[in-house]
Amino acid sequence: MANIPKLAKLDSAQLRRDFEVLNREVRPGVPLTYLDSAATSQRPRQVIEAVDAFYRQHNANIHRGIHTLAEEATALYEAARQKVAAFIGAADPREIVFTRNTTESINLVAQSWGRANLQAGDVILLTEMEHHSNLVPWQMLAEEKGLRLEFAPITNDGLLDLDGYHKLLELGPKLVAFSQMSNVLGTINPAEQMVKSAQKAGAVVLIDGAQSVPHLPVDISALGADFLAFSGHKMLGPTGVGVLYGKLDLLEAMPPFLGGGDMIKRVHLRTFEANAVPQKFEAGTPAIAQAIGLGAAVDYLSAIGMETVAAHEHALIAQALERLEEVPGVWVFGPSAEHKGGVASFTFEGVHAHDVAQILDRSGVAVRAGHHCAMPLHEKYGVPATTRASFYLYNTEADIDPLIEGLYQVKELFG
Amino acid sequence: MDDLYRELIIDRYKNPHHRGELDPHDYSYEDDNPLCGDHLRIDLRVDENDVVTEAAFSGQGCSISQASADLLVESIIGKSLDEVKQIGKEDVLELLGIELGPVRLKCALLSLKVLKGGVYELPLGEADDELVS
Repeated sequence: MANIPKLAKLDSAQLRRDFEVLNREVRPGVPLTYLDSAATSQRPRQVIEAVDAFYRQHNANIHRGIHTLAEEATALYEAARQKVAAFIGAADPREIVFTRNTTESINLVAQSWGRANLQAGDVILLTEMEHHSNLVPWQMLAEEKGLRLEFAPITNDGLLDLDGYHKLLELGPKLVAFSQMSNVLGTINPAEQMVKSAQKAGAVVLIDGAQSVPHLPVDISALGADFLAFSGHKMLGPTGVGVLYGKLDLLEAMPPFLGGGDMIKRVHLRTFEANAVPQKFEAGTPAIAQAIGLGAAVDYLSAIGMETVAAHEHALIAQALERLEEVPGVWVFGPSAEHKGGVASFTFEGVHAHDVAQILDRSGVAVRAGHHCAMPLHEKYGVPATTRASFYLYNTEADIDPLIEGLYQVKELFG
Repeated sequence: MDDLYRELIIDRYKNPHHRGELDPHDYSYEDDNPLCGDHLRIDLRVDENDVVTEAAFSGQGCSISQASADLLVESIIGKSLDEVKQIGKEDVLELLGIELGPVRLKCALLSLKVLKGGVYELPLGEADDELVS
């Protein structure tokens, strides 16, 4: 990966000054404790300022204009693309397609690569821990083309059953798609190993990086996956922009996804010629300001270093898990701290997840309750809903206290 | 929402007055909120004038969904089916006595949806949100 500065401990106090919203009160006298970054991260002022500056000083449409503002806008947008490429270790910025989010990125692969390359009876291998966005597009494609979906199992500890995974690879799937880090269990999957095995079995591999890219150092050239999808808003960037990384030769061979302006080279009344990548997959005016904001987010994260971010979160989750497990009635899902990122989903005996989340909100603690877009995973564990606390670089040890205190309040009210 | 968990809701959640199944029953319907797993079933008995004589709920879920069901079935005993069909979202909220955000509103209205699904004799799975608007 391009430019990881030396490992330094995160200065959370300094960091938090960049995130204005973390200083607010949820109600009078009740400060916010934000533990829902897995749903969306907060934005530092640097990202907000980048978007703001674009609109104030450089706003124009990109790619076609000759006037000064248009050139500035184009340069900023393409610079953001280059930043994202460098951030994930992609050799060529043409391998970075800006989309709306991870979900759109995966749908792009399903509709474009999937439709052109898969036939009736072909197997797609997924896992039992996938987010709906890495399930439903394949279900839709499977229905359309008569494909077979198979699922690598997870152990009771919430780890991927690698033996089960390798066994299913013997079916010769054409596509393997899995999340590098689970948004419910926090499980970090051995992606490099999984990609190697899958490609050896002849499959094209897509990694759902929605949780991993924001929280771990990700080097796509080392991982070797064919596609990587992730979202700007989970990594300090704005909503409305996401990324699909695809190997250049794959993207070049794929038919377009959405049709319209910008993705064309030439248009006649009845026919068109598609543009070169990545423009081929960026139809219409993109989220220009938002992509530039994502570039600023990449700058922010790179300045800290993803190894530092990951180490910080790891320390936090280890402590959080220890303290959560001390609360009587709390059951945390997923593996132990060394196998997971900063996500802890849990149930509270006799109390519904909604009630837990509501009580925590009373003390300003923001967590999420429900199935977290992973209904099959919850079905496997036999629970209708869980409460999820997730950490990011701007959280500190002090954030764990109100979470634990809140849980004792739940016990008091409902116990 | 500081008084969200005022005693009424916690009390009815922990000590419901009308939990159970009626056998025999004249109307029975069930539904769930797939987003969170709240599940409710409501059984009714009516007399020859279509007035509710007995009502009970069963199921599991969050305190709002269960307490709402307990309060709702209690409120309809002695009402005619026509009156039951008139019950709306506002009435349920009044029974609970609190303000709710959109997510918990769904929890609160599940009982009304199930009740109406039953009295309108809808097929299972076809009670929709319009019933509780």
